[in-house]
Amino acid sequence: MKKYKLARKILAVALVGVFSQSSIAFEQSRSIDCIAPAAPGGGWDFTCRSIGKVMSDLDIISGTVQTNNMPGAGGGVAFAHVVGKRKKDSSLMVASSTSTTTRLAQRQFPGMDPEGVRWAGAVGADFGVIAVGNSSPYNTLNELIDAIKKDPKQVKFAGGSAAGGWDHLKVLIAAKSGGVTDLKHIPYLAFAGGAEALTQVVGGHISAFTGDVSEIIGFLDSGDVRVLAVLSDERLPAPLNDLPTAKEQNIEAVAPNWRGFYVPKNISDEAYQWWVQSLDQIYVSEQWQAVMRQSGLMPFHKTGAEFKTFVDQQVQDIRAISKDVGLIR
Amino acid sequence: METLNYLLQGFAVALTFENLMFAALGALLGTLVGALPGLGPANGVAILIPLAFSLGLSAQASLILLTAVYAGAMYGGRISSILLNIPGDEPAMMTCLDGHPMALKGKAAESLAISAMASFIGSFIATIGLVILAPWLARFALKFGPAEYFALFTLAFATLGGITGKNQFKTIIAACIGLMIATVGVDLSTGNQRYTYDILELYEGIDFIIAIVGLFAISELLFFIEKHQGNGLKKVTLNKLKLSLKDIVNILPTSLRGSILGFFAGVLPGAGASLGSFISYTLEKKVARDKSQFGKGDPRGIAAPEAGNNASANGALVPMLTLGVPGSGTTAVLLAMLVSLNIQPGPMLFTQNADLVWGVIAALFIGNLILLLMNIPMVGVFVKLLSVPPKYLMPIVTLIASVGIFAISGSALDLFFMIGFGIMGYVLRKLDIPLVPIILGMLLGPEMEKSLRHALTLSDGNWSVLWSSSLSVSIWALALLGLVLPYLIGPILRRRMANSSADTTQVHTKAQTHAKTQSANINTESEITES
Repeated sequence: MKKYKLARKILAVALVGVFSQSSIAFEQSRSIDCIAPAAPGGGWDFTCRSIGKVMSDLDIISGTVQTNNMPGAGGGVAFAHVVGKRKKDSSLMVASSTSTTTRLAQRQFPGMDPEGVRWAGAVGADFGVIAVGNSSPYNTLNELIDAIKKDPKQVKFAGGSAAGGWDHLKVLIAAKSGGVTDLKHIPYLAFAGGAEALTQVVGGHISAFTGDVSEIIGFLDSGDVRVLAVLSDERLPAPLNDLPTAKEQNIEAVAPNWRGFYVPKNISDEAYQWWVQSLDQIYVSEQWQAVMRQSGLMPFHKTGAEFKTFVDQQVQDIRAISKDVGLIR
Repeated sequence: METLNYLLQGFAVALTFENLMFAALGALLGTLVGALPGLGPANGVAILIPLAFSLGLSAQASLILLTAVYAGAMYGGRISSILLNIPGDEPAMMTCLDGHPMALKGKAAESLAISAMASFIGSFIATIGLVILAPWLARFALKFGPAEYFALFTLAFATLGGITGKNQFKTIIAACIGLMIATVGVDLSTGNQRYTYDILELYEGIDFIIAIVGLFAISELLFFIEKHQGNGLKKVTLNKLKLSLKDIVNILPTSLRGSILGFFAGVLPGAGASLGSFISYTLEKKVARDKSQFGKGDPRGIAAPEAGNNASANGALVPMLTLGVPGSGTTAVLLAMLVSLNIQPGPMLFTQNADLVWGVIAALFIGNLILLLMNIPMVGVFVKLLSVPPKYLMPIVTLIASVGIFAISGSALDLFFMIGFGIMGYVLRKLDIPLVPIILGMLLGPEMEKSLRHALTLSDGNWSVLWSSSLSVSIWALALLGLVLPYLIGPILRRRMANSSADTTQVHTKAQTHAKTQSANINTESEITES
């Protein structure tokens, strides 16, 4: 951790230096590249395409944003590509999210670590949620956690990521905060997507669902699922404001699945600052707020040094909990 | 009523100019692909998948395009059956029996028109069946837990070869190849990597789309190179269409019977379109009062199999959309496409992607109408296209395939994989090993493994969970039946199909299994061009 602290200090000093300079010192090229580390149609692809449109609309760049799909290894192919081949490309951004930090924390990209790139900023988040079917005996997160304390195998969770992935970790974060000690034996059933996992919970085959809020929105009106807790700092904006948070139930579990970007490591500080300022400008724009509303993204905004600190902390937390349950050594 | 509302919304989606264009384009390309002997619907859809990626289409537009191709291929198959006595695809085999004799009598145009109308009725009725049955089955599918899904996937594998399949052993080999390919990549249940050797590109496994395009499209190209088929088929001239209202009314009851039978044959796993057209034809021959004209150009003998095969094609969409279990090779290819577009088929599809599903269903209705319009007045165009030499066609196919695969990932490695799969497909086809089970193995293998592990996790390792519900027991019974039936009634059915073909066609001995049908087509094709 010492290394990070030092890096953070250096970064902070560098940033102060940049701030004092004129912000027009760097000129961005006409067109920029946005790598979506997945096939067309997924979340990262959406992040790139929608931010690209807003950037053009706001005249942040004179040309266009080219979305470049680079699937593989859950973002690992793109990460290795940026670290290895494009480390000085100042007109390149890469879509990322909590699943990127999860994989980095668990060392799933061979030879890569979070220091290999510069973390530019997050422009929204989808928060974690723990829900049950409407015929479930559990009414609050506390009841659920108590049941797990009695017998870790009592409650079985279904989620849309692989074992050890973000959906699995949310359960562990909530259980750990709730005082469960035997995290290893909580059953987690991995599905290929949130919808498939939810189907099994609604059908009454599996006791609880772990996922993102956006995955259950369609099922709130139909009354098929009951949300036990949203894993956010505060209640979500209307119409989701009647969903209780874990914090209200005295369980300190916050699990944002942020959407944001990293940029190559060796770009100039002026270029990095350009990215930070651009993301700030995009976040507050009416156009981006509209994108967030349409896609169900919740308020979550961190850029520059603040974002870097957040990413480091998230990596550290995930690493710790993954070690606790034996996912990594 | 709710269903009707959704369907109306679906029409609103499908009737936008853009989607209408894609439905028309898909219908056109599908008919063409179906008409070309050797290129079946599975190959057709496989070849055109890259087109959707090259054009950068949305999920909605891609699916509309490809379901239209699917529907079109079922229409197109009849054209070469009737004109050349070569089935354009396997299900169109039965159409040869009466279609070609009628064409020989100088009534080719009438034969094509009747079959187009029967195809339309078949598809139309089956789409209505889909609208009624799919939402109901989607709700019922909520009862499926991991144990039931495991039984269901076993059923899908047990019926892979189909009731008429000849060599179960080769089917099993093919399915195993698919299962082996599917194990590459991250194991969902533990998060571990399997057979990836620290190669990042392998971490997410091998993309089925690449395998499909390689196995079907590229191997087709290799077959073409081997046969040196530089020239097109012989030119066929069409007579002027003379069709009275009475002729149409005469085939209506036949088409209706064929449609209903075909639809159910499609919904059931393992039955498929070939059986759909076969039983429709057989039933028609049974119920007809005057049987003397069958095999000599009876319009009912054309209407029955065409209604049957189009209806079963749409029926096969029901289990694919609601359970995520494809009933045929082509629906397996469509399923792979859905998964690539990040759309999870299954019971939730109708809740979460209502716009998309109903848009596609509405597009099926519209596509059908477009196909009917295309296939009666414009049938001459397709006949002309039949004589386009493959030396122009195949390079275009290769170009689209390469551009499309590259568009998905932008990785040259995927192109090498595609070529590798192409060579593998060529070798396997030479060995008469069917390709569809490979795709099904790749698609269903991981799902089956996942269901088994989930079921066992839920029961704390107690295996009896697999047969603890009456639902799973009945699925197991069906699976057992699917495994045993080919040995009991398969030989009888095959002999009958061969016998009825023998009455009129010369290619009957070669036209038994899917792979064989294809090589048969290629042989006869070259015979025709040489003579």
